[in-house]
Amino acid sequence: MDEEYDCIVLGTGLKECIISGMLSVSGKKVLHMDRNKYYGGESASITPLEDLFTKFNLPSPEETYGRTRDWNVDLIPKFLMANGQLVKLLIHTGVTRYLEFKSIEGSYVYKGNKISKVPADEKEALTSDLMGMFEKRRFKNFLVFAQDYKDDDPSTWKAIPGFDPKTTTMSAVFAHYNLDKHTIDFTGHALALYRDDDYLAKPAGDTLKRIKLYSDSLARYGKSPYLYPLYGLGELPQGFARLSAIYGGTYMLDKPIDEIVLEGGKVVGVRSGNETAKCKQVYCDPSYVPERVEKVGQVVRAICLMDHPISNTKDALSTQIIIPQKQVNRNSDIYVSLVSYTHQVAAKGWFIAMVSTTVETDNPEAEIGPGLTLLGPIKQKFVTVSPIYKPLNDGVENQIFISESYDATSHFETTCLDVLSIYRRGTGEDFDFSKVKHNLGDEDM
Amino acid sequence: MAQRTSVQRPSGGGQGKICQFKLVLLGESAVGKSSLVLRFVKGQFHEYQESTIGAAFLTQTVCLDDTTVKFEIWDTAGQERYHSLAPMYYRGAQAAIVVYDITNQDTFGRAKTWVKELQRQASPNIVIALAGNKADLANKRMVEYEEAQTYAEENSLLFMETSAKTAMNVNDIFLAIAKKLPKSDNSATGSQREGMTLRPSDPTPGPAGCCK
Repeated sequence: MDEEYDCIVLGTGLKECIISGMLSVSGKKVLHMDRNKYYGGESASITPLEDLFTKFNLPSPEETYGRTRDWNVDLIPKFLMANGQLVKLLIHTGVTRYLEFKSIEGSYVYKGNKISKVPADEKEALTSDLMGMFEKRRFKNFLVFAQDYKDDDPSTWKAIPGFDPKTTTMSAVFAHYNLDKHTIDFTGHALALYRDDDYLAKPAGDTLKRIKLYSDSLARYGKSPYLYPLYGLGELPQGFARLSAIYGGTYMLDKPIDEIVLEGGKVVGVRSGNETAKCKQVYCDPSYVPERVEKVGQVVRAICLMDHPISNTKDALSTQIIIPQKQVNRNSDIYVSLVSYTHQVAAKGWFIAMVSTTVETDNPEAEIGPGLTLLGPIKQKFVTVSPIYKPLNDGVENQIFISESYDATSHFETTCLDVLSIYRRGTGEDFDFSKVKHNLGDEDM
Repeated sequence: MAQRTSVQRPSGGGQGKICQFKLVLLGESAVGKSSLVLRFVKGQFHEYQESTIGAAFLTQTVCLDDTTVKFEIWDTAGQERYHSLAPMYYRGAQAAIVVYDITNQDTFGRAKTWVKELQRQASPNIVIALAGNKADLANKRMVEYEEAQTYAEENSLLFMETSAKTAMNVNDIFLAIAKKLPKSDNSATGSQREGMTLRPSDPTPGPAGCCK
């Protein structure tokens, strides 16, 4: 490794792998290393099942769990929005050819101790059991406005007199349509996917765009706006790593990282044992630079192995349930996700549920109680409380660009925003998708 | 020399059924993995082929009697260099060509390690072929034909010495693999393509390429 590179990337989590791919595609000479002997870091899917049990200091799983190689268990629960940033990145970079996806069957929201399907279009709004008859009509009118809304086209704002996307608040928009607090709750949390209520006092443009993303995603593949890759989320970093390798990136796993070498306040290399690779920039996750990040919060996540689907979801083999904060007297939402053997992540007949939220008290496990209750009997539960780190600075001065920890959101939109922001800080420009040569020796894709 | 009779390019339009298989290449750096594929897919050879950059996903069809076998060929993209191939690479592979260089004994030893790795990581029914490449350099031979053949027989591998430079046995080894692959509807579609592949603004999901 005693060579000279433009960039060294440390850690093979999803963010680092996307960045590595973008840098290689842009013609940079990239060395990508990981201290682990597997790809994915925090965004790996653990296989075989005994590795998951070992990770949590438990004895090997019993035989009832089937072939342990059939399990690929994510550590961080997330889905892809079908019309979201990550899908765009996958398609534009061609990485999608290495992956197969399934649509998540159901999207539910919790209200008054029970769950209901999230209504996302006018037809669903009119049949939803979440609202009374008059409220349904008001909600339908609101949805029509949200779906037609365009940031840059004042003719789509006319329904609300005096509307300005930069100044009109979201609560003013809700007030215009006279929506009640329950409708506001599921709109903000299950459609716009906010984790708290700060958005109400902010300009409405961003929220309307989020609602549009939800309904456009739903329109794309049907049953729900969410997609999930077969064999687990750990396939995503592997796919982008392959992209980086195809464009010349060098990969080294199982490589201890001993020092990031600086000269005159700027990074000049990375040392592993007595080898040092020279570079002009380093891109990494927070675990490689504990002294350059700060803790800004915690996420609690429970991985639950089950032999049945979740009640009241029509036996869906995959689903998402959002428990809006207000329903359970919290400040942030609780997310429940379910995938199963049909996604090649569990042995035949098995399900993996995840319950997660942002930690608010000193008893995190109790905070996800309402989510765990929805699941029914759980065969095995693994609970983690993970700190969320943010970099202390933007990296431009020392040329060390650090990603943020994966947050509690249920999808990859914030992941992509972080990646695009890091790329921009590191290279001074936005990523140019036209640099991906689409038909690399491939005649029929 | 090259036998082109049963290989059509760019893609043969056979009658009968079309079966698609994922084929992965394995072997030490610089044994000629990419050159073999380039010869097979494009009929080309470059004396000073650079380390693999770019081409890492090629397709080529082979016509057997009533069946068109379409290979979806995965190159290592250099990720074998520091033993950093991802599990995704082996996933769903129905065939593999493990390549060594007949002028380099170490690469033969490494080929045996790759075979073990395939037996551990890949599907149990995978068809594995061993290719002793650079057969045009027989005057510098370090790996005896018989030694490799014995090893291949003991491990139920197809075996041929090949030359990407002269095209010797290149089409033949792919053809031999095509013949050995199961082509009943179940086996060719069996473990494959249960999900959908994302395409630009393609709202209708559906199973992609398999026996129809």
